[in-house]
Amino acid sequence: MSERTITRAQLSEAIYQEVGLSRNESADLLEMVLDEISQALVQEEVVKISSFGSFSVRRKGQRVGRNPKTGEEVPILPRRVLVFRPSQLLKGRINAKA
Amino acid sequence: MTKSELIQRLAERNPHLYQRDVERIVSTIFDEIAAALARGDRVELRGFGAFSVKQRDARTGRNPRTGDSVSVAAKAVPYFKTGKQLRDLLNAG
Repeated sequence: MSERTITRAQLSEAIYQEVGLSRNESADLLEMVLDEISQALVQEEVVKISSFGSFSVRRKGQRVGRNPKTGEEVPILPRRVLVFRPSQLLKGRINAKA
Repeated sequence: MTKSELIQRLAERNPHLYQRDVERIVSTIFDEIAAALARGDRVELRGFGAFSVKQRDARTGRNPRTGDSVSVAAKAVPYFKTGKQLRDLLNAG
């Protein structure tokens, strides 16, 4: 089985097929969904999509890193990272043998 | 924000759409991503992030309560890597 990459094009095509909006509006709605999720995460809201998984933001403190090429110590500044936790259902689907 | 709150927010931004259609849009997106991952495909949404499947080898684990060793079978796990644009958005300012 060769691995394919699905992009916005296939997802908006699926919306077009399933819901019957125009292709343009299907693409716009997909973008709005990603935008709403992003905006919620920026506000540090947890985004829970039942039967799929949840996205949350974790704050990381400052730590000392090292430039692997020069060995020089550089501070890694505090930052926020996104964490995705897949639901049990999604994990199960991925391991289901066809 | 739950899935139904997401649907609510989208419905408010799109008063010309039926709520039922907004629900189908959101469900279609996550169903398609899940189906792609179940086939072993990657889903790349540039700017937002990419979903992929990583293989974990079988290993010998331990029951933390009893210390007994147990064999853990090989498995596949879903993985999400945040896109550059979203990562930057989270750390702006």
